[in-house]
Amino acid sequence: MFRSHVEKLGGRTIAGISRLGQFTTFAGVLLDCLITRPFRGRRLIDEVYTIGVLSLVIVCISGGAVGMVLGLQGYTVLTRFGAEEALGSFVGLTLIRELGPVLTALLVTGRAGSAIAAEIGAMVATEQLDGLRMMSIDPTHYVAAPKAAAMVLTMPLLSALFIVCGIGGGYVVGVQFLGIDPGSYLKGLEGSIKFSDDVMGSITKSLVFGILVGMISTYRGYTSAPNAAGVSAATTGTVVVASVLTLIVDYIITALWGV
Amino acid sequence: MSKSPVRDLIVGLFVIAGFTAIAYLSVSLGGLTYTGPGGLFLTAKFDEIGGLAPRAQVVVGGVKVGQVTAIDLDEDYRAEVTLEVNGNLAVPEDSSASILTAGVLGDQYIALEPGGSDAMLQTGDEVPYTQSAIILERLIGKLVQNFGGGDDE
Repeated sequence: MFRSHVEKLGGRTIAGISRLGQFTTFAGVLLDCLITRPFRGRRLIDEVYTIGVLSLVIVCISGGAVGMVLGLQGYTVLTRFGAEEALGSFVGLTLIRELGPVLTALLVTGRAGSAIAAEIGAMVATEQLDGLRMMSIDPTHYVAAPKAAAMVLTMPLLSALFIVCGIGGGYVVGVQFLGIDPGSYLKGLEGSIKFSDDVMGSITKSLVFGILVGMISTYRGYTSAPNAAGVSAATTGTVVVASVLTLIVDYIITALWGV
Repeated sequence: MSKSPVRDLIVGLFVIAGFTAIAYLSVSLGGLTYTGPGGLFLTAKFDEIGGLAPRAQVVVGGVKVGQVTAIDLDEDYRAEVTLEVNGNLAVPEDSSASILTAGVLGDQYIALEPGGSDAMLQTGDEVPYTQSAIILERLIGKLVQNFGGGDDE
């Protein structure tokens, strides 16, 4: 009775470590695929379209809404201290340092990461990857690597667009609705945001999140069980693991480098 | 995976939009500037700089002309502030720099007051006359002290 529990625990630990090893190997293979010829430029453009362009609307709308909420909440708090003119720096810094990269990563995980896992999972289930192998095309090279690369490329761009939309949303609420001086809003932004700390940190964060989401979604799809339940498990797993990891890694980056 | 030229165009536009957003954040908001060879670097020494920080504004008559690039302590324990002002701005030799506060609790900035001299400051020169930051707490402290002293007499 007791022994079986210990055996189960040990089995799970070993399985977990093997999965980590498998994941690391997969990451290495992905990286190798990106630097070996032929470069799949056409595939990359297609993936940038599916991941980036198709996520654009949701990212911009969310960014605008978040910026508007920040404007409203910030105004309520700041007006107590008579410091409404700090609204610009409040909205800008919050968006650039935290909310922009993190919320974009979460949105893209839900919008594109899950789709990647489902697509590759379905290809596994219908033996399309084996079909590619039969034609001596490496499926990692052809299917997974462009998706992961496109994720890394588009994440900073989407994050920057999210931030700009958010700053616009904050401007609409703060200046148009609540009557803050537009000059002080923009001056607060310009005065508080530093390129070396804030903007670079923001880009670094979204690059790291792009790597995370890209690797996890392709890995989960690639290793999914070849049936309907496997595809659904891969999709769910991608969203859960990538979202939680994004938040944890965000804390680690902030704690270590203070961006 | 159709090879449609429209899609390529859309992807191109998306990439341009993304980089424009990054450029806006970096240049317009982040203060990343290409100053080129024209930037005029001046130093000014203050006894007390209060809450002055790098990237604080440098203004002449309220118009932004540059920013603080570095703050160091010199051997006499005075704060040495390096200012970068517009290259095409001529700053007379007898100008003065003072640290002021925008509003009661606002950010601190440096106000340059041009003098009347015909000779201009060059890069690396020191602004000769400075006025330190006014620390509100000390001012209140002195005020309280003075009033307290008055009551005793």
